[in-house]
Amino acid sequence: MAQNGNKQVFSPWTDPSAKPLIQFKNVTKKFGEFVAIDDLSIDIFEREFFALLGPSGCGKTTLMRMLAGFETPTTGTILLSGQDISPIPPNKRAVNMMFQSYALFPHLSIWDNIAFGLRREGGSKDAIAARVEDMLRLTRLTKFARRKPHQISGGQRQRVALARSLAKAPKLLLLDEPLGALDKKLRQDTQFELMDIQEKTGTTFVIVTHDQEEAMTVASRVAVMDEGRMIQVDTPDRIYEAPNSVYVADFIGEVNIIQGSASQSGDTVDITFAEGQPTIRGTTDKKFANGEKIAFAIRPEKVSISAEKPDDMENALQGKILDIAYLGNISTYHVELPNGQIIKSQIANTRRISRRIFTWEDTVWVSFTDTAGILLKV
Amino acid sequence: MRRFSWFNATALTLGFAFLYLPMLVLIFYSFNKSKLVTVWAGFSTQWYGELFRNEAFLDAAINTLKVAVISSTIATVLGTMAAYVLIRSGRFAGRTLFSGMIYAPLVMPEVITGLSLLLLFIGIGLDRGILTIVLAHTTFAMCYVSVVVSSRLMTFDRSLEEAALDLGCSAFEAFRLVTLPIIAPAVISGWLLAFTLSLDDLVIASFTAGPSATTLPIKIFSAVRLGVSPEINALSTIMISVVAVGVISASLISKRAAVQQKRDEQAADRAAG
Repeated sequence: MAQNGNKQVFSPWTDPSAKPLIQFKNVTKKFGEFVAIDDLSIDIFEREFFALLGPSGCGKTTLMRMLAGFETPTTGTILLSGQDISPIPPNKRAVNMMFQSYALFPHLSIWDNIAFGLRREGGSKDAIAARVEDMLRLTRLTKFARRKPHQISGGQRQRVALARSLAKAPKLLLLDEPLGALDKKLRQDTQFELMDIQEKTGTTFVIVTHDQEEAMTVASRVAVMDEGRMIQVDTPDRIYEAPNSVYVADFIGEVNIIQGSASQSGDTVDITFAEGQPTIRGTTDKKFANGEKIAFAIRPEKVSISAEKPDDMENALQGKILDIAYLGNISTYHVELPNGQIIKSQIANTRRISRRIFTWEDTVWVSFTDTAGILLKV
Repeated sequence: MRRFSWFNATALTLGFAFLYLPMLVLIFYSFNKSKLVTVWAGFSTQWYGELFRNEAFLDAAINTLKVAVISSTIATVLGTMAAYVLIRSGRFAGRTLFSGMIYAPLVMPEVITGLSLLLLFIGIGLDRGILTIVLAHTTFAMCYVSVVVSSRLMTFDRSLEEAALDLGCSAFEAFRLVTLPIIAPAVISGWLLAFTLSLDDLVIASFTAGPSATTLPIKIFSAVRLGVSPEINALSTIMISVVAVGVISASLISKRAAVQQKRDEQAADRAAG
């Protein structure tokens, strides 16, 4: 995986000869009148760590429950290794799921929880025991094997749920908000643990989350969903740097959106966004009509602040500091332009706070290069 | 800790006296030597001895236990199934009607239930005896069981069943291996409730019992009409003790389990934090 530092870049989705593990073909799911999934088609490949990201009610959980077999598509087909899985009940699918609530069986010990699925398969006692011990080692739970779920901590329960769902060595593991119940510090540690386990086992993971940082950290590809559709499916860096719509740009991370009308000449576009303000220059490979309403999206960390107008920046706008959000390592400055538009600028706090140069009500210049932002149709 | 005020102490004493004084009087007089129930003539356990030599009472007691065990077991199976369908099946045609009909016998006057069962048994030509009492008790006890079990199922995390399915269980295996063990305390208390209801039922039993089989409440009731004997006091004392031991041990067991679980969870969180 590219962001994990492997030398070989993992990107089967760019290889036309690669066979997808899962294929959604024009899948629609309706609950009564409500359309949860709207004519969705997507390929997911073996060994991928695929994240479904979106606000609640966007259909990501429905998508996952269709893969697990708890829901069936209203129309369209879902293929797993080329086979239509609609008629296969959940207990016959080579798919396992890790539930948001973990759904550990409270009356069984950790050991028996992990062995539960293996016993249903009916393997020999020794084979089951060996597999359970493997899983306990993988998730570092060996010394808790004899405890009941209520006798261990939340983080440990999360690992039991993972071990139990991995025990049957499924082709596909579904994770429904797996880290939602953990506090932030533990969640970050667990994210890396998840990636580690995914690489060790080579299982394909599909994870549902509403935490964009989590999706960016763990996933090889992220699908941003809204109202039953996938708005953009791409690698985390492409999602962040090259969102295909205002929705995606706004959903992932912080962003400044400036709306205006375009006038294009070749690669450069000048955007007129307010009376009395200079135009903003951006570059694009897309085509916009003259006078077309467009949005210019730029991340706060790509905007600098200075007291004097910088000479080397393509774009510079003057404004007044309205607010400063101090986050320790970084500060976000909210700068109000004369037309009322607010531009956020994120600056790393390389000096101690007592040496901060700018403060409230200061008049400053916000500046950025012509390649820092991205132009989007509205 | 707040101090115990005089008002509270008085209220408590009066309340408990109201509930338990009659029973204490009964227990007290069961150890009376005299044949006259209300005249104290010294301590004796002779009436307990007499009781165990009285075949009619023993037969009735055995009948009662038979009826209670069989009917509460059938009622538990049926009531649990009904509760499961009501909570789990989502919406199906006639669900509201079905759930209303399950609970209706709870509020139905016993006389009417008894009378209608009697008419039914006569109509289909079933001879009245142990079988008819069992059927009648099953009928009304299963509503109580389904109320107890369905209130437990309502708070049951559905994803536990889905997890079982996901790990390869059939629907029945998921119920047997996951749902049933978890709701077992509710099922057991449903059974206990059905058992005690059957044990002390007089009205429905007297409609459905035949000359070949009577239950203990019917026997006591008819004996008392000829005058209260010390034997009855002894018998009632035994029944009170049996019920008390059952209720106290059941509540102790469930309380101990709850306390233990809470302590474990706190210990686990402390260890993690």
